[in-house]
Amino acid sequence: MAKDLAKALADLKEDEAVAIAREKLDAGADPMGILNDAGKGMEVVGVRFSKGEYFIPDLVYSGEILKRINEIVKPKLTGGVAKKTGGKVIIATVAGDIHDIGKDIVVFMLDVSGFEVYDMGVDVPVQKIVEKIKETGSTVVGLSGFLTLAYDAMKQTIDAISKAGLREKTKVMIGGGQITQEIVKYTGADAYGKDAVEGVALARKWLVAK
Amino acid sequence: MVKQWEEMTPAEKRQDLDSKWLSPPEAKYANAEAEKEYKARVQRIMDAVNMKKPDRVPIVPMVGFFGAYISGLTPYDAMYDYDKLMSSFSKFVLEYKPDAHVSVTVSPPGKLHDIIDYKLYAWPGHGVAKEHSYQCLEGEYMKANEYDALIDDPTYYFLTGWLPRVMGALDGLKMLSPFTNMTEMYGGFTGAAFVPFGLPPVKAALKALSDAGDEALKWIQTVGAFGASMTAAGFPGFFGGGTKVSFDTIGDTLRGTKGIIMDMYRQPAKLMRAMEQLTPIMVKMGVANAKLNGCPIVFIPLHKGADGFLNDEQFKKFYWPALRDLMEGLVKEGCIPFPWAEGGYNSRLKVIKDSPKGKVIWGFDTTDMAEAKRILGDVCCIVGNMSIATLSVGTPEDVKNSVKKLIADCAKGGGYIMMSGAVIEDAPPANVKMFIDATKELGVYK
Repeated sequence: MAKDLAKALADLKEDEAVAIAREKLDAGADPMGILNDAGKGMEVVGVRFSKGEYFIPDLVYSGEILKRINEIVKPKLTGGVAKKTGGKVIIATVAGDIHDIGKDIVVFMLDVSGFEVYDMGVDVPVQKIVEKIKETGSTVVGLSGFLTLAYDAMKQTIDAISKAGLREKTKVMIGGGQITQEIVKYTGADAYGKDAVEGVALARKWLVAK
Repeated sequence: MVKQWEEMTPAEKRQDLDSKWLSPPEAKYANAEAEKEYKARVQRIMDAVNMKKPDRVPIVPMVGFFGAYISGLTPYDAMYDYDKLMSSFSKFVLEYKPDAHVSVTVSPPGKLHDIIDYKLYAWPGHGVAKEHSYQCLEGEYMKANEYDALIDDPTYYFLTGWLPRVMGALDGLKMLSPFTNMTEMYGGFTGAAFVPFGLPPVKAALKALSDAGDEALKWIQTVGAFGASMTAAGFPGFFGGGTKVSFDTIGDTLRGTKGIIMDMYRQPAKLMRAMEQLTPIMVKMGVANAKLNGCPIVFIPLHKGADGFLNDEQFKKFYWPALRDLMEGLVKEGCIPFPWAEGGYNSRLKVIKDSPKGKVIWGFDTTDMAEAKRILGDVCCIVGNMSIATLSVGTPEDVKNSVKKLIADCAKGGGYIMMSGAVIEDAPPANVKMFIDATKELGVYK
């Protein structure tokens, strides 16, 4: 059996990836090194998704394989997990909307692309997002919404960010099934991503530019 | 002699449903003008469905609680007060005059769902603000290891496995034994099979079912009264019934998105087998209501086959065969399948070209509509694509421009019905009015 965990994970070979992780751990390998290998595999998954070779099911499946590997490895971990270095991004589905599939994919893609992601979940009240910006010092916020009611909730959230005096140093991207350039204008956002890949590109542009 | 339904050919069944739609036997029109308008509207839609040129492009806005909003009411009001449901939804149809209405069934009975302690959705006043519509709460209501139970006996599985999880008040149904055990008195078969009905949790579940049934009866009277009153005023209903493709049945409300994705990788054969088992049941669900309502169009909202949600290979293996079987089953029963592709379907157009020719209508949300017309133009009628974003935040002028573009892209030669790409909720009334009026103005075939 090949011992390349990153490759097995990137190729979505679940049983093989889990077996390699287990073997390495049994052979006394450093748990942190195993997680790093898994991280490299996930990066490849992200790249393949960006290129249109992988689709949503592949992302979800890779996430589940990673979860199994984490369950085996994490109990043996002594130190903490390495910090992400790509910059901080806050992601939330806006107030009134409880959809999470799209948001979760964006979180996943930002995470495997090296960003430190604050996933606030769904139906997040306007004020909580403002507080999170203050608390984390994050300069990029991604607002998600699937329903048309999200248009107003996004607008209200962005208005509240302005009112708190944070708008100038905060870039806001929006996304969701019914988001278009018209909605960017309506809500006062900076841009929208038509999919998770565009969301990552926006975050990268804004955080690298700083 | 009149042929029984079972003896009719698919074409005869279709003709039967078409004629009931065009001339409902029980219709009581307000006046001769209303009757004339009713028939003209159905004929307009039928011509488009049959890929002929109608007098003009039919317009059927897919509205949710729009009627409630323009009446100063909330979705909560409509779901809990059937008089308000009736008056507000009527107001929309009578004042805006679309070519068909989409019934009041979009507003489910709120109290019924309180009674059964429904877990599958959050709804106004119950997990969602009263001002907003209901939303699905996805979960693994069916476990990964329950495929055999579902495949062996779907009804028994729904009754004892799935319902108790999604309806808290029906928890006692877990204790039921299969009804197929009640074969005969000899040997105590019947006696044993009835034991669960004496147990308190089962009795509590039956009481909840009975109370929910009382509420359903009140609601369905409003549904019926609304339909009859719209017919009287000259407005036909667009939908005969609704159903789902088995991949979405399993992926939306049984296993959930993540669950069905894992099943495609970990137990594809069981997933396929379960879909095969469910498809005939899904066909019957659509046909039963189409026959009851005397209208052939069967709505099939499509979810998990959209661009990006499956790769091409997965779409062709898991989704498309199930959808095609469903559509063929419906066509055999005289129905017109109306798959409604939520999201984008650009990568699927060449595959779905293999739909039963001239027998279905394909609805689109954000798909490139000129491309849809190019690829499907000689296969079937296409529907939809008016941007919900433009309807929600654009100006009436923006809406008119979009209508103009859609007509230019899709209406040539007939075979197009104007519809919003997604459900219209709290959109500006002036935009919805322009959407309808502009189609009537610009959609005339010369």
